[in-house]
Amino acid sequence: MKRRLNMTVNGHAVALEVAPHRTLLEVLREDLGLTGVREGCSTGDCGACTVLLNGKAVVSCLTLAPDAEGASVTTIEGLAKDGKLDAMQEAFIAKGAIQCGFCTPGMILAAKSADVLEGNLCRCTGYAKIQEAIRHAGSRGGSPHA
Amino acid sequence: MRPFEYEEPRSIEEAVSLLGAPGKNRLLAGGTDLLVRLKRREWPVDRVINLKRIETLRGIEERGDWVTVGALTTIEELERSEVVAKRWPLLREAAMEMASPQVRAMATAGGNLCNASPAADLAPPLLCLDAQMIAVGPRGERTIAIRSFFAGPGRTALAPDEILTGIRIPSAPARGCFIKFCTRRAMDLAVVSVACAVVSKETRLALGAVAPTPIRVAASAEEAAMRCAPIDDVRATAEYRRELVRVLAGRALAKAAS
Ligand SMILES: Cc1cc2nc3c(=O)[nH]c(=O)nc-3n(C[C@H](O)[C@H](O)[C@H](O)COP(=O)(O)OP(=O)(O)OC[C@H]3O[C@@H](n4cnc5c(N)ncnc54)[C@H](O)[C@@H]3O)c2cc1C
Repeated sequence: MKRRLNMTVNGHAVALEVAPHRTLLEVLREDLGLTGVREGCSTGDCGACTVLLNGKAVVSCLTLAPDAEGASVTTIEGLAKDGKLDAMQEAFIAKGAIQCGFCTPGMILAAKSADVLEGNLCRCTGYAKIQEAIRHAGSRGGSPHA
Repeated sequence: MRPFEYEEPRSIEEAVSLLGAPGKNRLLAGGTDLLVRLKRREWPVDRVINLKRIETLRGIEERGDWVTVGALTTIEELERSEVVAKRWPLLREAAMEMASPQVRAMATAGGNLCNASPAADLAPPLLCLDAQMIAVGPRGERTIAIRSFFAGPGRTALAPDEILTGIRIPSAPARGCFIKFCTRRAMDLAVVSVACAVVSKETRLALGAVAPTPIRVAASAEEAAMRCAPIDDVRATAEYRRELVRVLAGRALAKAAS
């Protein structure tokens, strides 16, 4: 049976009907078209699906959609303000911290929320540039141990 | 995942009665173990009972001779708790070394223990601290010493209709440490883990990932290496694990004594 799901996504209130066995990742991508949320491993290991849930980085592939009821969700699409990219996005571009780009949304959102980047994999292995970008953006620490 | 029914009880009583209803019912806390199992279709499920709307299961509370950690306390909350930091460095270290920031923000203490992995990181420190598990079922509340809580991989002493509501830890502070040996520096389960605590002159040792359950052992590296019962798996061979126990237990004991 479907349930009502009310949440704020990138500053906009949304009201949906969702089956409770769907993940937040699926709802964001399939129902709201926010394909900046990437599905990598789907088991919480790669961090590509990272979103901010009430300001905190979580993996949306292991978040059940009904768990986001009443929450505020930020995806990579929500960072730019008035057509201007956010400072972390600018830093990633300035430092060439993007290769194929698949891991980038998750990297940027994780870097904005946590002071270590342990939960994001880059299979292009561009970690050095990513570290540089995060330092450039003035975040604290940000050394990927991965 | 296959479709399932979904409930959000607001009280422990309501959750217990839902859990006892006919069908295959599963409790959801942080979901970081459960969702992985459901996605792999390892566990049949008719109904998922989400505990997260039960406020009384949250938080860390000091009262008298005990500190109670609510079952829904996240690993991140444990890692940041001053109560934990000033009393039990070994528990704080175990929380800090788990998974990733994203997973630590979601994963709960109760889920870590109830999932009963032999490698559950919170288990060795809590075994050293003689924690008690508080369980509530249709017949009321009972406490289970953590040493009799783990029954095998994925199995606990909880009855099928019981919920873990919290973990009570004797409030005495303990010196000590937690050592987790992994093949990578982050986001890996332990090949071997060792916790050591000195609680009012008594030295205690516990091991993870080297037996069907996490275990308390005598505070001696030689005995620990003899008592453990490791297996060969993708992470390491049994022989290598036994050798690691000897070395890491020795280091943990030396560190705790210094
Ligand atoms: C990428 C990744 C990395 C990880 N790394 C580590 C690691 O380094 N170390 C480690 O120890 N673990 C690790 N884990 C495993 C997992 O994150 C932890 O075991 C976590 O603490 C589980 O808690 P949870 O709240 O998410 O549990 P859930 O998945 O919600 O539940 C786990 C099990 O416990 C049961 N349960 C939950 N709460 C209760 C309760 N109150 N009463 C009765 N039963 C209950 C559930 O029904 C389920 O069977 C990792 C997981 C992932 C996905």
